[in-house]
Amino acid sequence: MIKIKNLHANVEGNEILKGIDLEVNAGEIHAIMGPNGSGKSTLANVLAGHESYEVTDGEIIFGDQNIIEMDPDERAREGLFLAFQYPIEIPGVSNSVFLKTALNEIRKHQGKEEISAKEFLELIKEKTEILGMDNSLISRSVNQGFSGGEKKRNEILQLLTLNPKLAVLDETDSGLDIDALKIVAHGVNKFKNENNAVILVTHYQRLLDYIVPDFVHVLYKGKIVKSGDKNLALELEERGYDWIIKEQPVSV
Amino acid sequence: MSNSNIKKWYSDNFRQFEKLVESDSFNSLRKEALSKFELTEFPTKKDEEWKYTSISPILKHEFVPSPLSKKETSTISSIESFKIPNLDVHLLVFINGIYSKEFSNIGNLEEGIIIDSLFNQLKSNSDFINQYLSKKETIENSFSLLNTTFAYDGYVIYIPKNKIVNKPIHVLNIAADELSKPLIQPRNLIIAEQNSQAEIISEYVGKDKVENFTNIYTEISVDENANVRFYKVQNESDAAFHIDKTEIVQKDSSVFNHFSLSFGSKIARNDFNTKLDGENIELHLYGLYLGNDDQHIDHHTFIDHAKPNCESNELYKGILDDKAKGVFSGKILVNKIAQKTNAFQSNKSVLLSDEASIDAKPQLEIYADDVKCSHGATVGKLDEQAYFYIRSRGVPAEAARSMLIRAFVDDVISEINIEEFREKINHTIFEHLHREEF
Ligand SMILES: Nc1ncnc2c1ncn2[C@@H]1O[C@H](COP(=O)(O)OP(=O)(O)OP(=O)(O)O)[C@@H](O)[C@H]1O
Ligand SMILES: [Mg+2]
Repeated sequence: MIKIKNLHANVEGNEILKGIDLEVNAGEIHAIMGPNGSGKSTLANVLAGHESYEVTDGEIIFGDQNIIEMDPDERAREGLFLAFQYPIEIPGVSNSVFLKTALNEIRKHQGKEEISAKEFLELIKEKTEILGMDNSLISRSVNQGFSGGEKKRNEILQLLTLNPKLAVLDETDSGLDIDALKIVAHGVNKFKNENNAVILVTHYQRLLDYIVPDFVHVLYKGKIVKSGDKNLALELEERGYDWIIKEQPVSV
Repeated sequence: MSNSNIKKWYSDNFRQFEKLVESDSFNSLRKEALSKFELTEFPTKKDEEWKYTSISPILKHEFVPSPLSKKETSTISSIESFKIPNLDVHLLVFINGIYSKEFSNIGNLEEGIIIDSLFNQLKSNSDFINQYLSKKETIENSFSLLNTTFAYDGYVIYIPKNKIVNKPIHVLNIAADELSKPLIQPRNLIIAEQNSQAEIISEYVGKDKVENFTNIYTEISVDENANVRFYKVQNESDAAFHIDKTEIVQKDSSVFNHFSLSFGSKIARNDFNTKLDGENIELHLYGLYLGNDDQHIDHHTFIDHAKPNCESNELYKGILDDKAKGVFSGKILVNKIAQKTNAFQSNKSVLLSDEASIDAKPQLEIYADDVKCSHGATVGKLDEQAYFYIRSRGVPAEAARSMLIRAFVDDVISEINIEEFREKINHTIFEHLHREEF
């Protein structure tokens, strides 16, 4: 699905990612954990093609092509999706117009016809039901005046509607109450099948109780410093990051 | 053409024009204005109020006062494309500034309400009208004097005490003469008496390529407790010149919402002057200016907080592309006695090209001590993070920018409370910027 090789990236001249290697295959769920400021969101943004981040070295092979030079919208049409840690408000553009525009661009890229108004409504109805979302949110402007939890749910609604190959979820669990967390996790599990993959960025084991990862990686100072299975997350929950950090060679 | 030659051109035209109007009751004011006009120079960039806007291109043309232009070329076959779809209105249509009985459809009015042309009113109701015309304090300049000199037609809206106009009033001013260069000078009057209510859409449009010069003078009175929403739309041809001076006086507890939605013309200059001449007044000034090519769009607003306990809120937003230039000058004066004044002003512009520019000049003059006032002006680009967000869903760059434009104008557009009209404006925004509509 995706192979990240020796990925280095800068923001405003500071190196944030310092050589990331990660391979995610179809059917897998990878969790990325790590202390604040370690570079998790940076990695997610670099994968999605954010132009403020400069890739200075390395490759991102998505499917069978290196996507480093691709614009964010091209990557999305190729099947990459990023659920934002802080979803953006777009006043004046309704959720349904936004989703329909995005969906049709992706369908066009896949050589499919535009979705009919009726099919679209049915699709949205099905997905909002999975997420227990109020239908009125669909006609409102994208994320405008949404509560924190509604914004996160809206990200998952987009995920389910656009149905990408790879979903990168950046702290989709933060700011959710326990019921909303279950609903969002249920949404992600509905999405997941053997042909797609998920990269989950999270700080908490509680999300991983519901979305069970195949692999867990710890990002620290722009590098993956430890990888394991789901038990690694449990260990982190108990012991924090100190023991891993101490294992690191002292940088000169 | 030199400044004095063009003045002579208009003076000479007046001899002709006067034959059409000499018998009416307004003529002494016209003559008085003409003699002042002859003694006044057109403003130049040396005048502080005209520092950012050169009007010399307007003086290069010999515009023909529209009552004198040839009838054959001043017509139009249909006004359908200018109407607001699906909206029931009291419709007044002016072609080149002259009332068109054929296209207007004023409909039934409650007793006492007047919605009419100035031309008709000067004929049939002149004593009444003359109590109100030219009664606002103003600083005259060559343009306002020129308007008074050639005052001929315009709209008159009079809403007596306690009356509510049951549907929006739509005034369509259409510049239609492609052959001569019409000088269109609407002279408008709105009087909303105590406790009255009205919504007015005053639109200036033009057929493509018409080289008109529209020079407007509007007087608006919003009396005690009255509530008026006034939408001005300017979408004339890109060869047109447009000057608008509007004088507004509000009385106690009145609410006035003023919109200026500016799309068309080569040079547009708007002066909106409001005097808050009472207490507990609420005033909202909204503006939206969209420029491309080499358009020049200038808004000067002046709010005079003359009495205590009033609130004014001003929000002006602009999008400028290509080599377009915007000017925003917002002056707020808070008099010594105007305690407990709230006055807020915000001006935001987005530049879509490196060659577009804006001159923003907020001015607060505060002589009272117990007031809340603020102003802010920002100039920037479209929101980068939102741009990334939209594209990260697969939406291509251009469509994403269009969505961001929709987002940027939203806080002005969403204040338009007539849905059909709001949709038309939304459409105009994207049509003007040659973009996909969102
Ligand atoms: N646009 C930016 N400009 C400047 N610095 C940035 C930018 N984006 C990220 N950084 C810096 O890069 C580092 C990594 O940030 P990042 O947001 O990737 O961390 P994170 O692991 O997601 O943290 P958290 O757990 O708090 O979300 C931080 O020091 C941050 O300040
Ligand atoms: Mg983060």
